[in-house]
Amino acid sequence: MNPRLTRDQLLRRGAAGVAFLSLPSLLAACGGGGGNGESSGELNDVLNFSNWELYIDTPDTRKAAGLTGPTTLQQFTQESGIEVNYYEDVNSNSEYFATVQGRLRQGQGIGRDIVVSTDNDRFLGEYLDNDWALKLDKDLIPNISNLIDAQAGPPFDPNREYTLPWFSGMDGIAWNEELTGPITTVTQLLEDPELKGKVGVWNSMGDTLGLVMLENGDDPANVTDETFDRALDVIEKAQDAGQIRQFYGNNYADPLARGDLAASMAWSGDILNLGDPKIKWAIPDKGGIIWTDNMLVPLGGSVPTASTYMNFVYDPKIAAQLALGANYISSVKGVKEEASKLNPEAASNTLAFPTDDMLAQMHQNDPTMFSNAEYEKKWLAVQGK
Amino acid sequence: MGTFLHRHRGATPYLLLAPGVLWLAIFFLIPLAFLGYESLQSGLFPNFEFTWEFSNFSDGIRDYREQFVRSFLYAGIATLACLVLAYPLVYWIAFRAGPWRNLFLLFIVAPFFVTYLVRTLAWLNILADQGPVVGLLRDVHILDSDGRLLATTFAVVSGITYNFFPFMALPIYVSLEQIDPRLLEAAKDLYASSTQAFLRVTLPLSAPGIVAGTLLTFIPAAGDFINAALLGTPNQAMIGNVIQSKFLESLDYPGAASLSFVLMGLILAMLLIYARIVGSERLTG
Repeated sequence: MNPRLTRDQLLRRGAAGVAFLSLPSLLAACGGGGGNGESSGELNDVLNFSNWELYIDTPDTRKAAGLTGPTTLQQFTQESGIEVNYYEDVNSNSEYFATVQGRLRQGQGIGRDIVVSTDNDRFLGEYLDNDWALKLDKDLIPNISNLIDAQAGPPFDPNREYTLPWFSGMDGIAWNEELTGPITTVTQLLEDPELKGKVGVWNSMGDTLGLVMLENGDDPANVTDETFDRALDVIEKAQDAGQIRQFYGNNYADPLARGDLAASMAWSGDILNLGDPKIKWAIPDKGGIIWTDNMLVPLGGSVPTASTYMNFVYDPKIAAQLALGANYISSVKGVKEEASKLNPEAASNTLAFPTDDMLAQMHQNDPTMFSNAEYEKKWLAVQGK
Repeated sequence: MGTFLHRHRGATPYLLLAPGVLWLAIFFLIPLAFLGYESLQSGLFPNFEFTWEFSNFSDGIRDYREQFVRSFLYAGIATLACLVLAYPLVYWIAFRAGPWRNLFLLFIVAPFFVTYLVRTLAWLNILADQGPVVGLLRDVHILDSDGRLLATTFAVVSGITYNFFPFMALPIYVSLEQIDPRLLEAAKDLYASSTQAFLRVTLPLSAPGIVAGTLLTFIPAAGDFINAALLGTPNQAMIGNVIQSKFLESLDYPGAASLSFVLMGLILAMLLIYARIVGSERLTG
């Protein structure tokens, strides 16, 4: 932590509309942590960013989406002078967390200024609860006003002090049209004898049990022991009956296209990126789950550098290019309008730019479910582990 | 250095041993000690405390007996399958392939040029429900019309057999290749039939290779988790899968560490029994 404010930072804060540094924020700066707008570290000329694969616009995906010009990363460097080391090294939330937790536990940095972590399992909560995420410098993120209302106060970070959404995706059901008709309810997926042994579900508890809870008429955003057990029972029965073939991570799309699976619980973006016309996707009749990958600044990261980048991607013009290039759902207001200007056809795809009606059918997981060791144990036991 | 060695002749072997011992100490013993320390901790991530929590061990054995049994069963079947498949093959290479020996050995090792994970993923395509193998087996009614190979015990054991095959084949090849052909001629001169010569000369002389191959196959196979994860279902989960999910998903490091120790202990116990049966001199070559 370096409490000194650089000239550059002062200028940026000026640009952010802060006319003067008030006494409290000065005191906080001297205190070296905790205060509002307090920044950790100096503004660097390099940003180290860990993200999932295929989760940003590249020259290829831009071309496919009909976009011209440099990638958003290049545009950021041109605009800010900050180079980005963009690492596609998040293959799963758990594996990434296992890799970095050793250093974080020692209070050491991990060589990254931004990492993403999904809100549909326990690891995002671990970063936050253990104080391994640093407070964002909102003075450097005036574009935070473009954050959609639905994302403004998630239970794990009610005031968005530590995290900002990167992309979201929807949990639903996908099916292979050559092998089955439309599958639009979870009950059909888990009980239809026609699908026996050809059904995939996720190995992540929040997604799978979330959809089952909705089917049961229970609220996935407010999980009790009773609703948990009821949902688990449904999966256990389907597993015992041989209906479920396997519990998948993010590797269900290939078996679905190959015909090993006739239908599977599936993420909207995966199916869109698969681009296979015989694979269809739908929100289950009783509703779907929406999850969000959140950017956060891990211990040792540079808050000003990370905040500057976050501000950049919360510009609707940039967010539109990102969403078109990655095919996932943005949490930036006005992104659909901007995307329509760039590529009206792609912007009409409801998997990447869902309608209000679709979003109204979406529910969020209860974060307390993920830190419950007993639930975790039961969930793994169903998977034979 | 020269004068030091001259004066302390006895030190030479220790100096030569030093790099290996140091290597083992840093990369095996210290992590092992740490794992042991971790296995006796209690509490929830990240606040584990060392409390001599021996119940981690008893709980682990009680909760995951099924996966332990399954692991040793699968590893045992795969080891046997490797032996049965590898022995005739390398016998032929050692005695009959002549100048083509090295080429055929290369074929055995060739899959190792591709990473383990990718090799196993390839099986997903080979055994796919709509794939050629399943199609053929359905046509000849070995599988019924909705039967499958993927996501079965057969697929998992086959995957393990395939992946560890070279570990069995190469040691047996080495021991066969060293057999002096004149010994076989001598056996024939003494009126041994081909079968008798094989049973009384070739087989005993290749035994060290079989023992080494068995160990090199069985030990890693028992702890394997990739094959069960990719080719199996929850009904095929092995102890490696349990340990993996305890480390990665549950963040239950003490539980994972204690299960690793139990696995190690059980393998060691089997090794001792095996040594008793085949004779310890063969185990050490």
